[in-house]
Amino acid sequence: MTDPVLALSGLSKSFGALKVTDGVDLDLKPGEIHALIGPNGAGKSSLIKLVAGELPADAGAIRFAGRDIGELDQVARARLGLTRTFQVSSLVPEFSARGNVALAAQARRRSVFGFFRQVATDPDLTGEAMDALERVGLADRAGTRVSELSHGEKRLLEIAMALAMKPRIFLMDEPMAGLGQEGSVRLIGFLDKLRHEAPILLIEHDMDAVFQLADRISVLVAGRIIARGNAHEIRSHPEVRAAYLGEDGA
Amino acid sequence: MPKLITEHRLNIILALILLIGPLVAHYAEEPFLVTLATRATILALAGVGLNIALGLGGLVSFGHAAFFGLGGYAVGILASHHQTYQPLMTAPFVINGTNQMLILWMVAIIVSGIAALLIGALSLRTSGVYFIMITLAFAQMIYYFAISWPAYGGEDGLSIYVRNAFPGINTLRPLDFFLLCYAVLIVVLIAQWRMTGARFGVALQAVRQNEGRVAALGLSPYRIRLAAFVISGMVTGLAGALYADLNRFVSPTMLSWHLSGEIMVFIILGGVARLFGPVVGACLFVLFEHLFGSFTNHWQFFLGAALLAVVLFARGGFIGLVAGRVEHD
Repeated sequence: MTDPVLALSGLSKSFGALKVTDGVDLDLKPGEIHALIGPNGAGKSSLIKLVAGELPADAGAIRFAGRDIGELDQVARARLGLTRTFQVSSLVPEFSARGNVALAAQARRRSVFGFFRQVATDPDLTGEAMDALERVGLADRAGTRVSELSHGEKRLLEIAMALAMKPRIFLMDEPMAGLGQEGSVRLIGFLDKLRHEAPILLIEHDMDAVFQLADRISVLVAGRIIARGNAHEIRSHPEVRAAYLGEDGA
Repeated sequence: MPKLITEHRLNIILALILLIGPLVAHYAEEPFLVTLATRATILALAGVGLNIALGLGGLVSFGHAAFFGLGGYAVGILASHHQTYQPLMTAPFVINGTNQMLILWMVAIIVSGIAALLIGALSLRTSGVYFIMITLAFAQMIYYFAISWPAYGGEDGLSIYVRNAFPGINTLRPLDFFLLCYAVLIVVLIAQWRMTGARFGVALQAVRQNEGRVAALGLSPYRIRLAAFVISGMVTGLAGALYADLNRFVSPTMLSWHLSGEIMVFIILGGVARLFGPVVGACLFVLFEHLFGSFTNHWQFFLGAALLAVVLFARGGFIGLVAGRVEHD
């Protein structure tokens, strides 16, 4: 059995009396997609924020690639190769699609203090940006300003930026949201292959996508993991059916 | 917004106007107008400095007079020691005054850069209104310190009896001094133009637009902003050094919050984050001051009206009105 890349143990977070994350144990192994599902308000996005370092945890440990990263801030964790995508697209609105991905490529190089050489004509950065855009099918929109991209295109640009980071794991917060039927089908095919580049912790509401993609599924309800297993096990899990999928199930 | 001309071409035309105007004035034997253009050029440079923080970085500093004044005092103090032949300090090593502009500029840049590093390191832990207020507070601290420190003139300021020297140029001649200031402005503008499209400028603008995204990519927004604030302070400090030599006088006025406000007005009039925004803004400011100031003491009323018009009807300032919005990759 391979060692997990990411391992959470006893992770907890409260806002006042509200426990958004309550003793969560979870791991992510090389080459897998581990889906995190749960009703709205279950604390899925909060869990991603805890892992990414946007929120400090109250208790518990986060191990990534064999080291404890609990004390590291968001920037340091991103540098270790923990790359997240956002539930609501978070892009640089005045930059072009290519400019956004080039920024990610630049960030991966941890390069800030360049004062002369122009990014737009830097073949390293723009070449990588174009590669990533091509992979998600956005190459023909490379020169378009983000503020002029459609919702679905922005979702794909999120993925392209994550690709350009060449991370060790992906944290994806509802990548399918708002993509539409055709877009979802394409992205499912894409993520299916992407897991071999880096494992994916996937939050997703689209159950078809989750059941198709996930090697393992964890069900989060009110901050606690109530069930874990493969698609078949989760479908037939009584508590999950009651809490989440509805009594008649999927 | 309609686009009459590309920003690049507009900038070249503006640079030529600012060069040709004083040349014509010089040959028409109007040295006062040359000096006026020099004043506009130096104020423009102060605005260019602030524009790096405010325009590119979104850091609304209301304390840039601190750097302008520190640059000015660096020149004034060293020049006064040169005039009296008294060393500035003797222990642990001797520092003498100087009248060499190249050295004075370096000192002004270093002093204002260090001040910007200290002020920025503390101020950038806040944002929004708190950032505006804390930068103002630091500038006021330096202002009151200058007023209450008698060694260099206190409230009365400090005179520089002979304008400092630059190799190969007679800085006492208005046109020569103008051309020197103009050359400095153009060099800084070219550097800023390159920087804006280079990795630092791209990262800085990304931080302004979406700080969380930049942090998620593993770049520290704080460090990027701090570096921008330091560069910004150094450029404004250099402008202060030139301003001291223009007037051959430095006083706490250079450190006052009015001046911080005026530098900001240049940028808003000309166009926030636009390369030539502060240049246009400073020229308009000086023009208003000269034209309306000659028949009323209340010339700032007209400046206020112009500012209001820009904020209400032309958010991109003059450059935005003529050249449309910013083009990015």
